[in-house]
Amino acid sequence: MIQVEHLTKRYGPTLAVSDVSFEVQKGEVLGFLGPNGAGKTTTMRILTGFLPPTDGRARVAGYDISESPIEAKKRTGYLPENPPLYPEMTAREYLAFVGKIKGVPRRDLKARMGEVAEKCAIEDVLHRPIGKLSKGYRQRVGIAQAIIHNPEVLILDEPTAGLDPKQIIETRQLIRSLAGQHTVILSTHILPEVSKTCNRVVVINQGKVAAAGAPDELNLRLQGFETVLVTVEGPAAEIIDRLQRVAGVNLVEPRESAGARMTFEIHAEKGNDVRAELARAIVESQWNLYELKTSGMSLEDIFLKLTTRDLSEEPDSAAAPDLGQQLAGEA
Amino acid sequence: MRNVMAIAGKELRAYFHSPIAYLVMTVWSLLCGYLFYVYTQAYAAASIRREMSGASMPFPTINDFIIRSMLQGFLMVVLLFLIPLITMRLYSEEKKTGTIELLLTSPVSDLQIILGKYVGALALYATLIALTFLYLGLLFIYGNPDAKPLLANVLGLFLYGGALLALGMWISTFTKNQIIAGVVAMVLFLILFVLNWPSQITFNPFTQVLSYLSLGSHLDNFAKGVIDLPDVVYYLSAIVLGLFLTARSVDALKGRP
Repeated sequence: MIQVEHLTKRYGPTLAVSDVSFEVQKGEVLGFLGPNGAGKTTTMRILTGFLPPTDGRARVAGYDISESPIEAKKRTGYLPENPPLYPEMTAREYLAFVGKIKGVPRRDLKARMGEVAEKCAIEDVLHRPIGKLSKGYRQRVGIAQAIIHNPEVLILDEPTAGLDPKQIIETRQLIRSLAGQHTVILSTHILPEVSKTCNRVVVINQGKVAAAGAPDELNLRLQGFETVLVTVEGPAAEIIDRLQRVAGVNLVEPRESAGARMTFEIHAEKGNDVRAELARAIVESQWNLYELKTSGMSLEDIFLKLTTRDLSEEPDSAAAPDLGQQLAGEA
Repeated sequence: MRNVMAIAGKELRAYFHSPIAYLVMTVWSLLCGYLFYVYTQAYAAASIRREMSGASMPFPTINDFIIRSMLQGFLMVVLLFLIPLITMRLYSEEKKTGTIELLLTSPVSDLQIILGKYVGALALYATLIALTFLYLGLLFIYGNPDAKPLLANVLGLFLYGGALLALGMWISTFTKNQIIAGVVAMVLFLILFVLNWPSQITFNPFTQVLSYLSLGSHLDNFAKGVIDLPDVVYYLSAIVLGLFLTARSVDALKGRP
């Protein structure tokens, strides 16, 4: 549905996006993950035809964004980081206006407005001026605007930024409900969002793709082995001995103990799920099992691992004090 | 066409949802009313003088004395200040609020956006011209002015304002700040307006060219009630130039963040 090939965007000497390639299949939700200033917004602006790429190609719904921009734009819904709202219009006037310029046929417009208002739960505020709405409602009007023409592709730039926790949950639910009919790209720098809403992740850092794959896949790829945490009540030495004998287990390390209750960290071979066997071994030995969970490296860890490495080598951080000194010298 | 009208409607609505439309209309009506009062008073006084001194000498018509004085003498200067108030928000506001991103990522061409905005602004301007008929209408009720020269006056005023609107829209593409867009447009209009002044002092090819380029000098014939092709061509060229420059500027806008 979306193909991005060797996309590059230069602002003068600065390289905002450098040789980015990825694909999104129909119906997928792709998470675009990266720190602020990584090039997420620039990539999205290129995909929506707002900015021309310096180099490379992007195809949206089968149309090249540089060669047939109007056709591509007809099939794309876009929510920029700041929802593009006209504060003096009522939500109804606004949706009608956007529907018209997005090419919704006149006879369908009213029905479409009703549908998106229902889907985004903004029916109650349709008559109110957008400038008087709360941030959560404005965000939802922004999403309603993006789907008014029922686009095949939906591009959402930080859709949950600046919302309160309840609004964030509602917005995520809304995005998930849209996933079936639309192919979605959403950008975020908030990690849990990705594992909660996306099928696939592209981690972008300093304008380059740092990693790509399903959230679980990324977990797996970056770990040497799988780690399971078990909390058991029973004789420590026997437990270690028994668990060590479970097929696939490399190492059992005691972690912490609270009374007779102890937690062990168990390292298994990569790609080997030993959780069922562990549980069986413990229960058959008549010990009390309190907790058993994988302790994969969280997306948070992966993200930091992928992005901080480069940042620490960045010479820019050294430039800041110099500038400060210069200013002090001039003064 | 539907896109152009949708955008024009949105612009017109934005004017009337904000104080701008009312401010511009109020200022315009007040000044029109004041001028109308001054010139009708003067005309009445002059006719009484003529009656008393005998009817032999030539006397200006209502058209020449009142309507032409209003249009050419003062209102065209007022427009140099009012039209920037209309054009300053056209692109600046969209850039500031980020709604420009909505327009430029919608399946509409840049030209449709530009024409839509222009038509919207032109519609507000047409409302202003219509307001002058509140006063000119009185002349038709109590006097007998000639309607045909009046049509030429109105056409001239419309073309003159149309040119200012197109150039003002171009200025508004440069900045997010409406005040700057308005002030720069005013300065540009003033310069274009006084370009013919040197030709009134010295007459040579250079001042002649300047005089031709001047916004004001082409309104003379319209004010006399004459529609002359070169004047129409001048204003239409200025409108096309303004729209063209806007298109170029919007194009450059997209290269930047």
